[in-house]
Amino acid sequence: MAKLRVGVVSPEREIWSGEADMVIAKTVDGEIGIMPEHAPVLGVLVEGGVLRVKRGGESDLVAAVHGGFISVANNDVSILAEAAELGSEVDVAAARDALQRAQASIEAGQEDADIRLAAKRARARLRAAGEEV
Amino acid sequence: MGAQLRLLRRRIKSVKSTAKITRAQELIASSRIVKAQQRMQAAVPYEQEITRAVSGVVSNTASVDHPLTVEKEKPSSAGVLIVTSDSGFCGGFNANILREAEALRGLLEERGIRAVPFVVGRKGVTWHTFRSRKMGGRWEGFSRRPSYADAKAIADTLIESFKEENGIDEIHIVSTEFVSMLTQNVVVRRILPLEVVESEAESTDTIPPYFEFEPNAAEVLDSLLPRYVESRIFNALLQSAASEEASRRRAMKSATDNANELIRVFTMQMNQARQAEITQEISEIVGGANALADAAAGKE
Repeated sequence: MAKLRVGVVSPEREIWSGEADMVIAKTVDGEIGIMPEHAPVLGVLVEGGVLRVKRGGESDLVAAVHGGFISVANNDVSILAEAAELGSEVDVAAARDALQRAQASIEAGQEDADIRLAAKRARARLRAAGEEV
Repeated sequence: MGAQLRLLRRRIKSVKSTAKITRAQELIASSRIVKAQQRMQAAVPYEQEITRAVSGVVSNTASVDHPLTVEKEKPSSAGVLIVTSDSGFCGGFNANILREAEALRGLLEERGIRAVPFVVGRKGVTWHTFRSRKMGGRWEGFSRRPSYADAKAIADTLIESFKEENGIDEIHIVSTEFVSMLTQNVVVRRILPLEVVESEAESTDTIPPYFEFEPNAAEVLDSLLPRYVESRIFNALLQSAASEEASRRRAMKSATDNANELIRVFTMQMNQARQAEITQEISEIVGGANALADAAAGKE
């Protein structure tokens, strides 16, 4: 079976590229799974989503993806993220700390979009690192 | 005589220390160009992908009428984003940009459009405040190492002003394009309304696929176009950062060369002066001795 050529890029650098059997991402409509020979799709990714790239044999590549797009055409999958981080690169302690701070301020009644976003991002980073949230 | 010698020695010493400084600046700039170029390279994949995505959407949806692509029939004002540097010592870098920006302003005014400057970089900001020009926005402190967040902040301000009822109707960007270590050009581009160019040459071999959209074309376009503008601005900032270092390196190199030439000339003058002094001293001594000898001979 044909393989997917996957590239995960952020504005400042290319985060990962390689071949894969399946890509699972979360768009604003819900989760989308891409397998080879998928019809061309252009989707908007949610803020604080987790991207999973299944590679036969190797363990899955997991990344926290904050906003951006997924575009699929001719077995080329590109994930254009405004910011993204591989699960293996996540600083778990820092992410947990950020989540706690965000939650503390939500509990203290300061609810605004920025804090919600911070909590979302921290949660996605922790999930990408394989932590329970 | 001794005074002239001392003067020359002092000048040589001061020119030498200037040369040391400019030489160090040159070396620093050289190493920074490499880093700036790497950052430029790192940003290329994202830019290509987003350009492809935008052209994909545009070629799929028959009529693109998004606020960011619609041209006003009678534009009354235009935002001009001017990308300058924060620090000086970089030759004609800022002067070239500001001259080009002034030319654009003239052109726009001929068409009856008011130009509103949005300025990046301390040098450009100072230039505008000195002439008490009103700025639509100003950003300082990151010209050497722009981050994507900086580009985003600029894009947000511009897009917001663009969307406002009485805001700007066009956005132009004046920045320096990094061609190579030796060549950097000032370029003027219009970034909004987006010129949706369907490049015929490129699409001959790869027919743009018929995309499906999640959730729908309008929403995808809604979030895609601002990202595209951000990416254009980010690219301009990165290119400008690399160009700034390149022109700084060049300016510092010619300053060092000039200083070395000055040292050479001064050293020669100093040696001449020293020689002249010695010759004069000898002739004075000889003259004095002769006079003494004559006087002694006269007595006898």
